[in-house]
Amino acid sequence: MDTLFAANSLAEFFQALLALVGVPVSASTAYVIAVVTHVALVVGWFGLPAGLFIWAERKISARIQDRLGPTRVGGKFGWLQSLADGAKLIQKEDLVPKDADGLMFRMAPYIVVVASLAAYLALPFSDGWTAVALDTGVFLTLAVLSLEVLGVILAGYSSGSKWALFGAIRESAQMVSYEIPMALCALCPIVTAGTLNLNEVALLQSGGVWNWNILHPFNFFAFFVYFTCATASCKRAPFDLAEAESELVAGFLTEYSGFRWSLFFLAEYASMFLVSGLATVLFLGGWDDGLGILAGFKAAAPSGVGSFLANAIGMLFFLVKASVLVCVQIWVRWTLPRLRIDQVMTTCLKYLIPISCFLFAGTVAYPLVLVTMSGKTSIIGQPAGERLVQPKKAAGVSSAGATTESHLRITASGTEGGGR
Amino acid sequence: MTAQIILFWLFAFLTCAGAILVAVSQNVVRMAFSLVLTLGSTAVLFLLLGADFVGATQLLVYVGGTLVLLVFGVMLTATGPFTRIKSSPADAILSGLIGVVFLFIVASTVTAVDWDGGNGVAQKIAMGTHAKAVEGGFNPTQQGNTTRPLGLSFLSLRADRDLKLGLPKELSGEINTAPVVPGMAAATPGTTLLPKTSALLSTGYLLPFEIVSVHLLVVLVGAAYLARTKRRATT
Amino acid sequence: MQAIGPSPFLFIGAVLFVCGVICMTTKRNGIGILMGVELVLNAANLNFITFSRFTPLGLDGQVFSLFVIVLAAAEAAVALAIALNFYNNHLTIDVDRGDELHG
Repeated sequence: MDTLFAANSLAEFFQALLALVGVPVSASTAYVIAVVTHVALVVGWFGLPAGLFIWAERKISARIQDRLGPTRVGGKFGWLQSLADGAKLIQKEDLVPKDADGLMFRMAPYIVVVASLAAYLALPFSDGWTAVALDTGVFLTLAVLSLEVLGVILAGYSSGSKWALFGAIRESAQMVSYEIPMALCALCPIVTAGTLNLNEVALLQSGGVWNWNILHPFNFFAFFVYFTCATASCKRAPFDLAEAESELVAGFLTEYSGFRWSLFFLAEYASMFLVSGLATVLFLGGWDDGLGILAGFKAAAPSGVGSFLANAIGMLFFLVKASVLVCVQIWVRWTLPRLRIDQVMTTCLKYLIPISCFLFAGTVAYPLVLVTMSGKTSIIGQPAGERLVQPKKAAGVSSAGATTESHLRITASGTEGGGR
Repeated sequence: MTAQIILFWLFAFLTCAGAILVAVSQNVVRMAFSLVLTLGSTAVLFLLLGADFVGATQLLVYVGGTLVLLVFGVMLTATGPFTRIKSSPADAILSGLIGVVFLFIVASTVTAVDWDGGNGVAQKIAMGTHAKAVEGGFNPTQQGNTTRPLGLSFLSLRADRDLKLGLPKELSGEINTAPVVPGMAAATPGTTLLPKTSALLSTGYLLPFEIVSVHLLVVLVGAAYLARTKRRATT
Repeated sequence: MQAIGPSPFLFIGAVLFVCGVICMTTKRNGIGILMGVELVLNAANLNFITFSRFTPLGLDGQVFSLFVIVLAAAEAAVALAIALNFYNNHLTIDVDRGDELHG
């Protein structure tokens, strides 16, 4: 039973579970089951809380605009408004305009949805609770997230409408530009941690709020630049130039209706949560509670039911942090006016890219300068090396835990193998 | 293993189908999206081959960057909606015939060669059971974690060659006890120690890495210069 | 169950290569030709990775394919700039129209 609950990843969990019921499977088969389950969980998670976020967006926007928002469906607060919206959208006719390129027009929403949901592949929800514990986690997540733009371009181009095409061209220019500062700022905590593995990045920040990357002087600013670029990459206001309804009717969404339109919407909320989750793991300590209670608990109970419960509580912390960031995105959308396209490009090319280059160089130089001057690698919190000396073997009974530890040891010695 | 084989055949099919669609399609935007299919599926094949970093790079640089650039170029150079520039049917038939013959020659050549000299080594590596491959460390792709070895090789240190792993067996006993990096704890024997025979040190890829970075800068300037706004030629 | 050896991967590489060559020779759209080049480079990459997995080539194959990817991106940027210039001068992307130097 112990191995089952201490399963370091979903795959090992399934392997242990199936072995327990008498169906031993190979590691790769367990991986596939884990991936399928994770995808099912993610889709399920966005079937329910995407509705929650849409409802939250309606309520928050209403309050910001001094309205009431939905009040009728499902009681006083309109809880079930999203369900009613969904039912309405599915009933709508699935239109394909005469001038559109039918096949590509129908395919585009699926590309967008698949890209934004596939990016959850490497995102850990708690210690080891990830579909695939990839060593290139951040890199792959950013890569998959950047595929979403192809679906948007396809949607805009195949609609056969000039408004949609304008939206698509704006979107491609914006995405290609904003990817650069976003990736550079995501690299800042990566350089601090010395690993691309999201699980290890979060583990390095556990044990207290003073260990979080956001308190690192350069990562602090990198967080805000990252969040700005992430908002832009989700096409959220004030960067929603691709669908600017006051200029382009609805941009690349102009010709879409019903279910396909709602797929774009689903993908938008999925990628909003994804970039927020990534920010949580990279800057805000992941599933850490900030006081060291959870980390201490996990150190006391390195395996078994206790560890499983600690991980579950950690996941709640993670979800709360990420949801708060999503709510910030909603708040920003309804309070800031939309930029013009030239302002969007200027912001990125003239300000955000130089700033993020400076922050990246600063993050690289910071520990070296600090070591030369004070002999420590950080001012606030424990230096990364000291954090590693105390073994965080919460789930370290498995082989994956052992590799994590050996990787961390290499990290602590200061070779930036992963950083390059 | 079974799941991997199913995944392999699925993505092998998608790769080939996308490539053929690129070759036969006349609509340039459809070509671009067939190319997305091909390159994305190839990235999955890279992951199946244990090259996780290269697979992710393929997705980020090729699919997310280069192809967006290509589609952008398609839109900027289109003279009307869904432009097609057709090849003549004779050309198409001729090139199809040549293509089939060419494919037959190339494919029969590469598949006819026994790449591991009849030892079955490749087969064993593929199944992850070849003890010498794992011990020798020339197959760091076994776990699919190649990020650190790749990063070290760009810093002119070959983790798979120089750090005992991958050395011939008669030399692997003769290891230096000094840590590679000052201050680095030589905790795990065999992973953090240099061989005494420093003549065997390989050079890594620091110089090509720097050359490529300068090359990219030159390309950046050059492309910006070429594509700068000019007065359009009068018709 | 037999594992997959290098040959199927090399066969896929061959298909990619041939499709790329066909694409380069038959397309009249300049950007289509560029896509053919990408296919050929991708075929080379697949072979590099295959040999890095199945032979003592080790990480060298992966390093080379990384260089190929980076250089392909650079090549695409320059080629696209040339294509835009061509379009500015000829008002079409049909490469058969660029025959001014034809004596």
